[in-house]
Amino acid sequence: MIQTLIGSGLTIVRGERTLFRDLSFEVRSGEAVALTGANGSGKTSLLRAVSGFLTPAAGKVSFCDADANTIDPGLARGHQLHHLGHLDALKGARTAREELQFQSDWLGHSSLDAASGIPEAIETLGLRPLLDLEVRKLSAGQRRRLAMARLIGAPRALWLLDEPLSPLDSRWREAVGQIMKTHLDSGGLIMAAVHDPLPIPTRSLDLGLVR
Amino acid sequence: MKSLRVLFRRELALAWGGGGGPLLACGFFACLTAILPLAAGGDPAVLKPVASGVAWLALALASLLSLERLFERDLEDGALDLLATGPLPMEGVFVVKALSQWLATGLPLALTAPVAALALGQPVALLPLTALGALIGGLGFAFTGALGAALALGAKRGGLLIAVVVLPLFIPPVVFGSGALDRAASGLDPLPALALLGAYVLFACAIAPIAGAAAIRNAQG
Repeated sequence: MIQTLIGSGLTIVRGERTLFRDLSFEVRSGEAVALTGANGSGKTSLLRAVSGFLTPAAGKVSFCDADANTIDPGLARGHQLHHLGHLDALKGARTAREELQFQSDWLGHSSLDAASGIPEAIETLGLRPLLDLEVRKLSAGQRRRLAMARLIGAPRALWLLDEPLSPLDSRWREAVGQIMKTHLDSGGLIMAAVHDPLPIPTRSLDLGLVR
Repeated sequence: MKSLRVLFRRELALAWGGGGGPLLACGFFACLTAILPLAAGGDPAVLKPVASGVAWLALALASLLSLERLFERDLEDGALDLLATGPLPMEGVFVVKALSQWLATGLPLALTAPVAALALGQPVALLPLTALGALIGGLGFAFTGALGAALALGAKRGGLLIAVVVLPLFIPPVVFGSGALDRAASGLDPLPALALLGAYVLFACAIAPIAGAAAIRNAQG
């Protein structure tokens, strides 16, 4: 399981633009890091680089387990991290139940008992009344809650979240804060790009202004 | 194995459900073969020699129809990221998607092909061979087509680009597939042509996932 996430000397270039240069950070088990910075400062790109979708121009991202051994990035990506971008990967024509089941089954492959997380996810995120609806009929906040259900449905150590709270109302922001707290207490790691502060204690990593 | 099954079931449901994909392809196929007699005249003596060739041409074109949405849809709604963080490597995801494309489009088309060929005057004895050839060729169309769809990811007007990239790759199966029918029609053994068709399809199944997965990763970055 991922115990530490280390980014060392990261430089990310998009097209002609250098988003940031020589960025180093470390996230330890039980810790949440809030990525802040202006629009276009590279928060999303940094999260995508950590997930391995985007290759940094310089520097590297590494994952370490409890014995400080490096975990193969492919293995970490395929089994130990959640990437929840601002696109929620939900298919409009399918019901919420089908999507929740698929996302949890697909991502929960490595956990011993993947099925057990689903009822908990339904309960914590208040999805029960939505289960039989088609995804296209859900509101933005409901879709986000459904997308977040995979975090609980398929337990993985590292959560990479891009603006996780933006479409949620205050009640659900608090509930998601609770979910994050539980995750951190059980040794998880969170890295989230945010504009509003998260409802949990976080360390801030500021990418600053647009260069 | 569990993850393969889980993904396959979903992709198949999406391919079958997505806007009447299979029916649309079959309808398009039937229309194409119905237009030919109107354009070339209804004389059976004219139609009969070209029946198998036209059936293969229509098959290739009908296979193009749903390719544009194969990966593009997943790129647009973020599902590609979800698939990339799953337990299967991208090559595996590609294979699953291409296979479900085959089952959802290739299989219904392989069942339509003999009917269309029969309507153009193909002898009844050739119908099983038409269906078999269309089934094998459809697998090749699905894999090379999925490769084209992956290469066109993120491009504007990707549908046209896919057609231009993919149609040349469709030439060998069309040649071998209609060649098998020609041989059978003139009393020769169709097996050599079928074997070549099979060889091309196997080649496509082996190469397309590697190239396609690389193209998808590139589009994600």
